Amino acid sequence: MERNPMRRQLQTLRKSLFDQGYLDDQFVQLEELQDDANPNFVEEVVTLYYRDSGRIILNIEQALERKPFDFNKLDAYMHQFKGSSSSIGAKKVKAESTLFREYCRSRNGEGCMRTFQQLKKEYATLRRKLEAYFQLARQAGPVETACRPK
Amino acid sequence: MNSSGGKGSMSTASSSAAWKAVDSVPDQFPAGLRVLVVDDDPTCLIILEKMLRTCSYEVTKCNRAETALAILRENKNGFDIVISDVHMPDMDGFKLLEHIGLEMDLPVIMMSADDGKHVVMKGVTHGACDYLIKPVRMEALKNIWQHVIRKRKNGWKELEQSGSVEEGDRQQKQSEDAEYSSSANEGNWKSSKKRKDDDDETEDRDDTSTLKKPRVVWSVELHQQFVAAVNQLGIDKAVPKKILELMNVPGLTRENVASHLQKYRLYLRRLSGVSPHANNLNNSFMNPQDETFGPLSSVNGLDLQALAAGGQLPAQCLATLQAAALGRSNAKSSIPMPLVDQRNIFSFENPKLRFGEGQQQLMNNNKQVNLLHGIPTTMEPKQLTTSQSIGNINMQVASHGVQSSQNNSSLINMQVAPHGVQSSQNNSALMQMGQPQFAHAPRLPLSLGQPIISNGVAANVSTQNGIRENIRAPGYNPVPQTSSMLNFPMNHASELPGNSFPLGSTPGMSGCISKGTFQEDFNSEIKGSVGFMPSYDIFNDLNQHKPQSWELQNVGMTFDDSRHSNSLQGNLDLSQSVLVQQGFSSGQMSGQNRNAALVSKAMLSAGDSTEPGNPLNASQHLNSLPVDNTIRVKTESVADVTDNLFIDHFGQEDLMSALLKQHQGIAPAENEFDFDGYSLDNIQQDQINGIIRTDE
Repeated sequence: MERNPMRRQLQTLRKSLFDQGYLDDQFVQLEELQDDANPNFVEEVVTLYYRDSGRIILNIEQALERKPFDFNKLDAYMHQFKGSSSSIGAKKVKAESTLFREYCRSRNGEGCMRTFQQLKKEYATLRRKLEAYFQLARQAGPVETACRPK
Repeated sequence: MNSSGGKGSMSTASSSAAWKAVDSVPDQFPAGLRVLVVDDDPTCLIILEKMLRTCSYEVTKCNRAETALAILRENKNGFDIVISDVHMPDMDGFKLLEHIGLEMDLPVIMMSADDGKHVVMKGVTHGACDYLIKPVRMEALKNIWQHVIRKRKNGWKELEQSGSVEEGDRQQKQSEDAEYSSSANEGNWKSSKKRKDDDDETEDRDDTSTLKKPRVVWSVELHQQFVAAVNQLGIDKAVPKKILELMNVPGLTRENVASHLQKYRLYLRRLSGVSPHANNLNNSFMNPQDETFGPLSSVNGLDLQALAAGGQLPAQCLATLQAAALGRSNAKSSIPMPLVDQRNIFSFENPKLRFGEGQQQLMNNNKQVNLLHGIPTTMEPKQLTTSQSIGNINMQVASHGVQSSQNNSSLINMQVAPHGVQSSQNNSALMQMGQPQFAHAPRLPLSLGQPIISNGVAANVSTQNGIRENIRAPGYNPVPQTSSMLNFPMNHASELPGNSFPLGSTPGMSGCISKGTFQEDFNSEIKGSVGFMPSYDIFNDLNQHKPQSWELQNVGMTFDDSRHSNSLQGNLDLSQSVLVQQGFSSGQMSGQNRNAALVSKAMLSAGDSTEPGNPLNASQHLNSLPVDNTIRVKTESVADVTDNLFIDHFGQEDLMSALLKQHQGIAPAENEFDFDGYSLDNIQQDQINGIIRTDE
């Protein structure tokens, strides 16, 4: 039980991210990798993810501007994006990616576009939430920012 | 690294020694396990690295397959296991898997976000020791060390089994025992083994006690001998002990042979899986290891192109040839039909004869390289075969008298004949032969591209600095290795007018010439000596399917062959080269070249697939090949010549560029890999896609 109010707040925030389905267990895996040697590992990884995946999002956007859609290419991009997203535990984003890929496979351009919009929303939302989380974590104290029970 | 004294003798050298000993596992194990992780996704890469570090493993990460291969080649025994992503931009993960399996014989774990059954199956057929679904969890990584141990154990087991199978093999057994038990013999083994490979190998052996399984580098030459031995014995009867005896390579242990045989079988199996004809053969071998060979061939095929182009094919070709040869040798029995002739090819004698006849020098050269380490890329194992074939090829060529029986060059000329007309003739001749042997020969020299080019041709090749690069010998010194490689082809080349081969010298022609000759050899070889049954079948099919240009046929042939056996590799290359030449020489050929190239590509990739689709495949590969090489460069020049019969005129262009590039230097060693990327399966499936997409 966290005595520190900030820590408690952090814990709550963290829990909500899981409860609301933004994050899945893979995120916990990342947290477990964080240690004294890499105290900000999770944040670093998430930052790297957003940077790298942003590039893929851009590629997809550009690809969606070319008609007719090159579904194979779109699928390939999304496959990449999905891999990345799943590795940080971005649950909702990953779900949208899967849906997008299904639409690609069934050559449903409309579905792709719709899903992509949704995906971008989830992607942005998660980013916001995680940024808030990390900020709070930094404030709460260097250790146990990820608060995992030992 | 831990070189904790481990039971064995970790004394020396590399800490890797610690891992080598199956029975003697250091206490800290699996801590310190040296892992190479390859993934183009930076997020995943960093996470994996951290996870592996947390498991106390020693991690090296890289985001490109080519880089990974380079690292592995340079540091032959520097890693215990490789983890690679399936989808990577520069090279297909499966191709990388094959490369690694063939060249370094390391356990490879594939990973992907894809959990589709067919992808996982691909992992299995390509020889991956495990398949992880992303996102990867720590738990999954904690136990990867089991694959390292298992691989070693299996290697030993093979030896034991083979030992028990043969009775009179006392000696072998004893030596085996010696290896296992006492270090007394180690000295013997070591010294003999030294010859085989680079010092690395020996070092390893020196280190641990008998328990350690030394890593043998299967050079083209060595592989050729292996294939010859297998063919001679007959796939069914080829047991490591006998193979070892036949090969008569000092320092080679039955274990080495056993594990190589396993891989070879796998390769054959893959080949046969693809080709209906080869089924028989391959079935027997259904070893996942064979898979590795398959891809190699494709790769090699590409190499041929490069070689052809700039005579820089070297390493790659050899590898391909070897792969092909590998596949082929075993496939001997399975290939039904037209393979009959091929049986001869398989038989060891033929190649020997051939080789001996013309290629004395080659042989010599080859020997040197036998144990070339990491002959550039795939070439290694194949190289052995290649060398053999080279000899044969030359002979073959001569026998067919396409041009000037004696000189390959003459043959090549024919083929290359810018005039086109002649070449076509030759080509056809070659086509027939197209046997792997042919491929081998040219390949070798080319692949080696390096210093080895002893024969005259080699000299040419060596001049081509580029070739060296192509070879990309993993960690080898290009020089020695290539030499063997080069020698082979060189010999042939020397037979040729002598300069036909010089890849560098005559920009288009040389490449072509060598190719041409090869083609002939191949074809002829196939018939008689090469005995690459499998390839033959494929080739036939191919031919049938592709009547259009002989080139195609040739290509197909060669490819097939190469795939199956070392020679295949050469074939592919040859085909490629032939194609290239064709393209150059005459515009008319261009169309054909394309086809040929395409076919070759198909062949390469498909290895076994003789279906018409093959050409496509080939094309694909070709396209993929020239990623960096010179081939690209040439493309322009060739472009005009060849229209694009195929969507993929890549091959042609590649060939052309390779040809032109000769002078420029080989660089494209990388390319090799590109080609490789396609496994047989891929090729077939993707060929269409690839061709259409091309730029994917």
